[in-house]
Amino acid sequence: MNMAVELCGVEFKNPVTVASGTFGSGEEYGEFIDLNRLGAVTTKGVANVPWQGNPTPRIAETWGGMLNAIGLQNPGMDVFCQRDIPFLKQYDTKIIVNVCGKQIADYVQVVERLAAEPVDLLEINVSCPNVKEGGIAFGQNPKALEEITQAVKAVAGQPVIMKLSPNVTDITEMARAAEAGGADGLSLINTVTGMKIDIKKRAFVLANKTGGLSGPCIKPLAVRMVYQVAQAVKLPIIGMGGITCAEDALEFMMAGATMVAVGSASFYDPLASVKVIEGIERFMREQGLTDIRDIIGCVE
Amino acid sequence: MSAVRVNAKIIRQEPIASDIYSMEISVPVIADQAKPGQFVTLYSKDGARLMPRPISICEINVAAGTLHLVYRVVGAGTREFAALQSGDWITVMGPLGNGFTIRDKKAILIGGGIGIPPMLALTAGLACEKTVVLGFRDEIFLAEAFEPYGDVYIASEDGGHGVKGNVLDAVREYGVTGEVIYACGPMPMLRAVKAYAMEHGIEAQLSLEERMACGVGACLGCVCETKDRDAHSNVHNKRICKDGPVFFAEEVELS
Ligand SMILES: Cc1cc2nc3c(=O)[nH]c(=O)nc-3n(C[C@H](O)[C@H](O)[C@H](O)COP(=O)(O)OP(=O)(O)OC[C@H]3O[C@@H](n4cnc5c(N)ncnc54)[C@H](O)[C@@H]3O)c2cc1C
Ligand SMILES: Cc1cc2nc3c(=O)[nH]c(=O)nc-3n(C[C@H](O)[C@H](O)[C@H](O)COP(=O)(O)O)c2cc1C
Ligand code: FES
Repeated sequence: MNMAVELCGVEFKNPVTVASGTFGSGEEYGEFIDLNRLGAVTTKGVANVPWQGNPTPRIAETWGGMLNAIGLQNPGMDVFCQRDIPFLKQYDTKIIVNVCGKQIADYVQVVERLAAEPVDLLEINVSCPNVKEGGIAFGQNPKALEEITQAVKAVAGQPVIMKLSPNVTDITEMARAAEAGGADGLSLINTVTGMKIDIKKRAFVLANKTGGLSGPCIKPLAVRMVYQVAQAVKLPIIGMGGITCAEDALEFMMAGATMVAVGSASFYDPLASVKVIEGIERFMREQGLTDIRDIIGCVE
Repeated sequence: MSAVRVNAKIIRQEPIASDIYSMEISVPVIADQAKPGQFVTLYSKDGARLMPRPISICEINVAAGTLHLVYRVVGAGTREFAALQSGDWITVMGPLGNGFTIRDKKAILIGGGIGIPPMLALTAGLACEKTVVLGFRDEIFLAEAFEPYGDVYIASEDGGHGVKGNVLDAVREYGVTGEVIYACGPMPMLRAVKAYAMEHGIEAQLSLEERMACGVGACLGCVCETKDRDAHSNVHNKRICKDGPVFFAEEVELS
């Protein structure tokens, strides 16, 4: 039974990673799960310099999901390269580094720095809806998206995955822009901009007013977008958005994703990502499947 | 050993005041490692509620392998927990957080409202001379559980029990003294305790609260502002779930 997949020329032992920002750099959840089990660890967005992030409250629970407005707090690329990459190198798993910035030059600086590091893939966050000055402009404007993709590709030492925002009218337009800019792959979806109001206090629950919606409530939206993008472009896809179990993950793969990422589900159960891997294996046995690649994009 | 997420059997549960519940769970793997000031997270059985509910450890019984939790019903999660009965199970993760740093110094333990429960485990864990000061809005709960361990003073906002006013009014009224303060309670109380400790030049350890998503330090959802640049975040933020919930008063900005 083959669980291995290839994406952007990199071989992964299984198609399951974790979603950026929900798993740190793996150290904390490494207490609960064996990181060697994962196809890859995708790290929290890292910028050229440390970011303080947003004020609290940064988290709000919503029905079937949650809002977050972390504001891309991160220690900056120097600490990340010195501490987090060596930590992850101890494990038999691939490393996908998520990159954020406020302007193209910031992204370029991080990607240049990472070129010499033992990192397998870059995931470029052009879609985080939290930082007022930040990413969102690139992810919502096809021209800007193509431009940043080109700029990043020009200096990248690893294959480049552009992470798309769902907060657009036509996701396929964005996917084509990233493809035109030279992206090697796509990941989607990032969080959906949302809001929650405390009716007793007559106030926003999040200090940032808006936050990114994630969790099971966004899954149908995410599956639809993965399917549309898979039809529109040739690039391989990492699918995510509300995956909590193997059945969810398989929907994404059948819609056209080569790999999947488990995000907010780890908050409910730290073992969620490993359970997804085990569940996919079980499904393959039950269905008499010998190669996971046979189901990728199998619904037409 | 480290934190685990397991299903625990409920040994007993009963209301001890309006909307306040006392629950004892059998969970030897957590009880074995738990320290005063640490917390656990409880999980809803309803998959539509993804977030962990952090609850302080109120008492630790290593011999029996049990934890005692005391919580207030404030929303859907705690309402669901309150409906559970002995024999039912609940998913729990822990022990989480750092816990109090035990000092062998004359101690003042200050608990306000639903910040009182963790002070009970601490009282039991402190061998030195200590005084307990508890603050309530009106109805009192759990106060008698502290009595075997030392002097207990009470303040209530409505004056129905002990001193009318807050915990610091009780500290002053009864002339409570000590060389270290341990405190848990609402933010205004913690701010006042911090100011009091600074004024008297004594150490204060404060247990903080924030909305949590992961509970283990991975998501950066639960940070508090720190005076110095923190080594992990490389910015002026510490994680309440991992680096806390207990902080030294001088290291955190209480806004
Ligand atoms: C370290 C720590 C220890 C705590 N110890 C206790 C305790 O011993 N006893 C007790 O009664 N309460 C304690 N709390 C508060 C308790 O976590 C909340 O009251 C509880 O999560 C509310 O859940 P709910 O579903 O009933 O409320 P809802 O309002 O429906 O909850 C919605 C969401 O907000 C979160 N939330 C709501 N209020 C708080 C809060 N005050 N702090 C953090 N998250 C919150 C919930 O976890 C949930 O994700 C503690 C909080 C922290 C951070
Ligand atoms: C707390 C939190 C932090 C996140 N941080 C990032 C980030 O730094 N970079 C990024 O590209 N996406 C970030 N995301 C988005 C996730 O990677 C993922 O795209 C989204 O949550 C949908 O997946 P899910 O429903 O499985 O969580 C974050 C999500 C959450 C909940
Ligand atoms: S709740 Fe995730 S870091 Fe504290």
